[in-house]
Amino acid sequence: MTILVILIPVTLLMGIVGLGAFFWTLHSNQYEDLSGDAERILFDDDRPLPAQNVQAPAKLKETPS
Amino acid sequence: MMSNLTGAERTSAMLISGMGVVIGLTMAIVGRNDVMGAQGWIVLAFSAVVFFMVANALYHPEPTEDRTTSYYDDPTKVGIVLALVWAVVAMGIGVWVAAQLAWPGLRFDAAWSSFGRIRPVHTSGVIFGFGGNALIATSYHIMQRTSRARMPDQVTPWFVLLGFNLFCIIAASGYLMGVTQSKEYAEPEWYADIWLVVVWVAYFVLYIRTLARRNEPHIYVANWYYLAFILVVAVLHIVNNLAIPASLAGAKSYSAFSGVQDAMTQWWYGHNAVAFFLTSGFLGMLYYFLPKRADRPIYSYRLSILSFWGITFFYIWAGSHHLHYTALPHWVQTLGMTFSVMLLIPSWASAGNALMTLNGAWHKVRDDATLRFMMVAAVFYGLSTFEGSFMAIRPVNALSHYTDWTIGHVHAGAMGWVALITFGSIYALTPVLWHRERMYSAKAVEWHFWLALAGTVIYVFAMWNSGITQGLMWRTYTQSGTLRFSFTDTLIAMHPYYVARALGGLLFVTGACIGFWNVIMTIRHVSKQNRELDHPTSPKATEPVLPVAE
Repeated sequence: MTILVILIPVTLLMGIVGLGAFFWTLHSNQYEDLSGDAERILFDDDRPLPAQNVQAPAKLKETPS
Repeated sequence: MMSNLTGAERTSAMLISGMGVVIGLTMAIVGRNDVMGAQGWIVLAFSAVVFFMVANALYHPEPTEDRTTSYYDDPTKVGIVLALVWAVVAMGIGVWVAAQLAWPGLRFDAAWSSFGRIRPVHTSGVIFGFGGNALIATSYHIMQRTSRARMPDQVTPWFVLLGFNLFCIIAASGYLMGVTQSKEYAEPEWYADIWLVVVWVAYFVLYIRTLARRNEPHIYVANWYYLAFILVVAVLHIVNNLAIPASLAGAKSYSAFSGVQDAMTQWWYGHNAVAFFLTSGFLGMLYYFLPKRADRPIYSYRLSILSFWGITFFYIWAGSHHLHYTALPHWVQTLGMTFSVMLLIPSWASAGNALMTLNGAWHKVRDDATLRFMMVAAVFYGLSTFEGSFMAIRPVNALSHYTDWTIGHVHAGAMGWVALITFGSIYALTPVLWHRERMYSAKAVEWHFWLALAGTVIYVFAMWNSGITQGLMWRTYTQSGTLRFSFTDTLIAMHPYYVARALGGLLFVTGACIGFWNVIMTIRHVSKQNRELDHPTSPKATEPVLPVAE
């Protein structure tokens, strides 16, 4: 079963990438306000756009990439 | 749609599709003595259509919209319509395939219409064409809304969406011509596989770039499910498709692995394609659209995150349960079986979480067929994950494997879970995307729901009965120790179930046709509704939407 020499390390590597991502979420305070995080997707942005954007969309702004 | 692209974006779109034309022409010339040549002409035609559409609009006036004030929804819209087209076509072919099993004469004696060629058109068409387009389209919507940010550019999303559809077309047309590497759900040959890697890497980079621009501190859980789907599918696809082409001028290739090694790689891929394509991505859909539609936050957000990491770490080890009682070492089979049983925990956590979210909103489930689609999808998700864990247990597998029970299980998942959550999401998304007040016909949604549910139940019950009958007949011995039934006896016993299955599929595809009609009518005839608050948070805002928690 030489194939396992490839599949198990590849699988473990993906697990390590996942674990790394999980630790990143811990360090970047992703789990500080879980109930707020769950509720915020229910609301659109809380104020309408400034009026001039709606009436005069003349100039094109390049989005920063 | 073209008018929203700047001149520079139109030029790069032309360059990319122009490269597609060159690649197609090269394939057609190099592979002229092989079916690869015909595939090359298809690549050429597809790229040429895109090229001329862009070229036609190349010198149109520059767009005037202010990109900081809106999300980029054009590719999402096209993706939703494409998903529905694939649904109608691929499910329709599914009914034909099913009918061929009951009435073999329906093949009409052509090579291209034989069971072995049109079955993968059905499976790939539903999984990749319908499911894949729906996943890409909804992910574009969800990544922008939950990040409160617009996608970073306007060419990559088109490249991913159209490039993926080109892959699906090459795959499906190839099957009809007999191009296959005979790996289930990974049938396309080497050139299509390489192309998919390019598209998929662009998709992953696009997703990460959008998240990096987010105006919201938290990355919503649905995004994690989509990210796992994209990343893991990429790795699985690359490893399973490692192959050496017999010739660069032909479609045929040989797998880098052989025998049971190849089987193990295939089911490591195959089961995780179910896990990360058909489960993880669609859970992302569920975790966004179900709370949105019910207008209630997910019951336990903590549990949704736990089940995400549970699925991510458990699922990947379960593939070897497809190879019980084979040459695969016993301990590898046991490993797969053990992880399959453990998977029940994160799976039911998600299903239960979805249903508990509806507590207090059951009146909405009663009145709103869209939400009912999602509710029933969660129920089928719970049912089919239980069934999957159960069937992975070795002695159960001894009865169920190689029988129609497996087909029933797959369809409980694909129709009951994947398709229902997708239709529910499409009905929730269509009015938002096209700025409409509502769907064109609520009654049609209701009809679609009941047709889909009836079709799924008929199909799954027929296959359970057929599979168990078949499995029991195969293992019945006479007193003298010989097999009691011939293979033909089992075929005769299965005939009524095959008729029932074709009927169930017909009901299901009828529902899908009604859904397609309803979406088109919504786009064309329902009056507009302004959605003032549906825009990215301005980077110029002096404070974040909500203060970052302590």
